[in-house]
Amino acid sequence: MLTAIIDYESGNLHSAHKAFERMARETDAGEVVVTADADVVARADRLVLPGDGAFPACMAALKGSSGLFDAMVESVEVKARPFLGICVGMQLMARLGLEYTETQGLGWVDGTVRKITPADPALKVPHVGWNDLVLDQPHPVFDGIKTGDHTYFVHSYHMVMDTATHRLAHVDYSEDVTAIVGCDTMLGMQFHPEKSQGTGLRMIANFLRWTP
Amino acid sequence: MLKTRIIPCLDVAEGRVVKGVNFVGLRDAGNPVDAAIAYDAAGADELCFLDIHATHENRGTMFDLVRRTAEHCYIPLTVGGGVRTAADVRALLLAGADKVSFNSAAVANPDVLAEAADQFGSQCIVCAIDAKTVAAGKWEIFTHGGRKPTGIDAVEFARTVTAKGAGEILLTSMDRDGTKQGFNLPLTRAISDAVNVPVIASGGVGTLDHLVDGVTKGGASAVLAASIFHFGEFSVAEAKAHMHAAGIPVRLT
Repeated sequence: MLTAIIDYESGNLHSAHKAFERMARETDAGEVVVTADADVVARADRLVLPGDGAFPACMAALKGSSGLFDAMVESVEVKARPFLGICVGMQLMARLGLEYTETQGLGWVDGTVRKITPADPALKVPHVGWNDLVLDQPHPVFDGIKTGDHTYFVHSYHMVMDTATHRLAHVDYSEDVTAIVGCDTMLGMQFHPEKSQGTGLRMIANFLRWTP
Repeated sequence: MLKTRIIPCLDVAEGRVVKGVNFVGLRDAGNPVDAAIAYDAAGADELCFLDIHATHENRGTMFDLVRRTAEHCYIPLTVGGGVRTAADVRALLLAGADKVSFNSAAVANPDVLAEAADQFGSQCIVCAIDAKTVAAGKWEIFTHGGRKPTGIDAVEFARTVTAKGAGEILLTSMDRDGTKQGFNLPLTRAISDAVNVPVIASGGVGTLDHLVDGVTKGGASAVLAASIFHFGEFSVAEAKAHMHAAGIPVRLT
């Protein structure tokens, strides 16, 4: 079993690597590598797409890495390998991103990425800190997780869903902020599971054990 | 609902915690990694490392420290001290920092924040503002540990740095830092009202009521403290229980 964390020069991969390595050890899930090699991505059993920064820059970086984008898309769309997008990696799963400019997303879930605009003017943007999850639908990644568990968010844009179908969990920030999306073999988390203590580590372990 | 964060801050010099951290059962009071692990277990919401003697020569020590902390801690880590360029930000993020804090370099040239935010996103760019009262309702930016006045108005500067792309402000009152008399609440309120990004209140915490005041009166999104936690006067859990009792939403672990 091989889990590949895709390195397209976006963000902090060291923390994610360490968290996935630890949970892979605890769940006998095999090896976790950070890689920018399209061949490794193509043969990995599971993929993790992290991401920090702006939607268009992340999409451009991903597409600009030789063969990486195609290998990832084939692995998910054709081979149906389990996939987890984190933060902007989750946002890229949407149809469309509206940060700075309109950018096509991967189109894997029915959502559009827009600026967070809390109805309450006292609420700040970015949405930074620990917020409590409301689980919308059952999913194997929620084994041992319940509504009210906290995870760590840090983002200014969020995914607004076209329908409730692909939303697995949300948090309240005077408007609903999508926390977890899912469809077929794909999952996306807006928060950072690698920075969300026990709750985050548990979801990482659940992802590594997941056989959709 | 988003919770108010409690952030212990460790002053670090040459890879060691300045003055130490005196928890019961901590193996090495001066080891920042041990202290970070203890705070993670104690329910801290984030951690902050400030390299107080940051020089070019000892950057490697800080990277190594951040790397080892990220291997053992599963809460966010902000690192500041001696951060001057977007390249410094990248190096710290790669080592495992989640957010990087600019201070004097942003005063000298606020455009460095825009450069860093464009590359890495506003969400990981913090601007530390050290302000001192110069008249009633007037605060000025000071650099070099509060020794050097700049003539820059703190509220105006807060607006400038957020417009450039800072995603959070770490606001320290130089009048209050180390006094244990509580945050400078009018300053905290003025900055918090002036910007739309989260403000972390810092400087002067001596009691748990001070933490409550920083949020309810100062409008802070997070509270940072050092000595009350390091010397065991209060635990993070006690601080959270106190804030919770005062009606502030906190993450109880």
